Amino acid sequence: MPARAAAGKLEFRLGLAATLAVAAFLIGPVVLSILAGLTRNYFVGLSSGLTLRWVAQVWDLYAVTIWRSLGIAVATLAVCLLVGVPAAWALTLKRGRVARAFEELLTLPVAVPGLATALALIVSWGTVGDLRSSVAFIVIGHVLFTLPFMVRAAAASMAMGGLAVLDEAAATLGASRLHRFLHIVVPNAAPGILTGALTVLTLSVGEFNLTWLLHTPLTQTLPVGLADSYASMRLEVASAYTLVFLLMLLPLLLGLQWLARRSS
Amino acid sequence: MKHPVTITLEQCAKTWPDGSRALHPVDLRIEGGRTLALLGPSGCGKTTLLRLICGLEAADAGSRILFDDEDVSTQPPEARGVGVVFQNYALFPNMTVAQNVAYGLRIRKMSKAGQAERVGYMLSLVRMEALADRRIAQLSGGQRQRVALARALAIEPRVLLLDEPLTALDAKLREHLRVELAQMLRTLNITTVIVTHDQDEAMMLGDRIAVMSAGRLEQVGDAETLYRQPATPFVGEFLGTLCKVRARLEQGVVTGGDELIGFRPHEVELLPALPSTLQARVAARFFLGATLRLQLELDDGQAFPVILPADSGHRVGESVSLRLTRPLPG
Repeated sequence: MPARAAAGKLEFRLGLAATLAVAAFLIGPVVLSILAGLTRNYFVGLSSGLTLRWVAQVWDLYAVTIWRSLGIAVATLAVCLLVGVPAAWALTLKRGRVARAFEELLTLPVAVPGLATALALIVSWGTVGDLRSSVAFIVIGHVLFTLPFMVRAAAASMAMGGLAVLDEAAATLGASRLHRFLHIVVPNAAPGILTGALTVLTLSVGEFNLTWLLHTPLTQTLPVGLADSYASMRLEVASAYTLVFLLMLLPLLLGLQWLARRSS
Repeated sequence: MKHPVTITLEQCAKTWPDGSRALHPVDLRIEGGRTLALLGPSGCGKTTLLRLICGLEAADAGSRILFDDEDVSTQPPEARGVGVVFQNYALFPNMTVAQNVAYGLRIRKMSKAGQAERVGYMLSLVRMEALADRRIAQLSGGQRQRVALARALAIEPRVLLLDEPLTALDAKLREHLRVELAQMLRTLNITTVIVTHDQDEAMMLGDRIAVMSAGRLEQVGDAETLYRQPATPFVGEFLGTLCKVRARLEQGVVTGGDELIGFRPHEVELLPALPSTLQARVAARFFLGATLRLQLELDDGQAFPVILPADSGHRVGESVSLRLTRPLPG
């Protein structure tokens, strides 16, 4: 059957093309970048030998930034959990027009360019107390950007688990609103909340658009430091920075994958 | 044993925010310790009425729901002390069987020892002791139904509400659990409301049956009254088969006329064809073992089945006259 054979051949060629494209544009550059961060002299090439010197230099220069970034991510996550999970539950129970409008409003910071959101924040809150120069200002920006991801993930889990009916059952057994939320809603929405949490952490650690405008020299974050090192350091240091960045993000991404597989 | 609670509904109504009426004002009294079956097709308002009683839905202003003399209309569900078995059981998947049954007791801050004793008793009542530590996902439909019942009864509710408790089960299991549930309700002496669309279930489980249609109560009474003296054609049709004929009755015999008359297919006597009556022809004959089912066609084209004793000697093509032994509203 020549037609089928031809189709099979075409399929194979398309698959090969896609694989090569991924290798050329995604894996290749990442590998080269990592190698550059480990090479003694990138312009001489690998023959100059491998070294951890650049990674160490990055750590010396940016350790504070890295820790700050992690701190911001954890703080962002804390706010997203405290605000986002109850909000997701409220949106699951209330299907009215106001709830729908609120849901739309929530996703606005994802659609609007981060730079615009950041500028709006600075214009309206930049002169209030010490907020402009504090890390809290960046946390506020990150919460705005990541909250919808937490709400969406948690709400999807709540709707899929039929939690509204479980909540009613708990109510007839005498449980108060708070007890129902803590005993029934949170444990049964845990897969969604976990997925949301890892997404929030990943997004916060990697966020650049908002942070680039919001940060001050004393509140630099990882991606901002990355841009800084690209602009002002030798290529090997900048590449070593990428390596450090990847080492921090990979566990989060792998965790996400693992969760997604476990809950499906 | 505590005295069972009498439920009284006064002008109990429910209107949705969009203005549609789920339930027209209903007056209903359920005597303490008795079981009322709410029977009707889906969308007739029976589940809404159940949700009003347990407080999961707020009744319209002016409605009153009384447990004995206490007006519970404004109480939230967690304050009413009602045990509810939901249609899909709504068991908590994050807890074991025993933890599900204990949940209401845990909320009431009962001692651990007290909880364990009560859970053990409830699980033995529904014969689920052996599965106390199972996860909900590991249970079959019938087992879930038992756990849901045990969980609802564990809190010693003032009122027990069952929403289509057997609908989610397959036919054979349903039949079995129906008998079991009927016996249990008799011994529990707790005021019970059971929502169902299944007439057999309503007749077996309910001391009284309230037939509902389109948000209204059609008739309330015991199964026999409803079957033998349906107040409306709807009730007659919903409980058992109702045949209809457009005719007039002369001493019970079907003659030409323009009244719509209902009757049960077995409450018919076939007479030799009489002149001046509306005559019927036997169009088909089915022997069903215990009974004989005849398909009749009247001169004017109307057709309906009748059910006779198996030894009746009627043949296809034969002409007969009909006498209705118990005409009903059509």
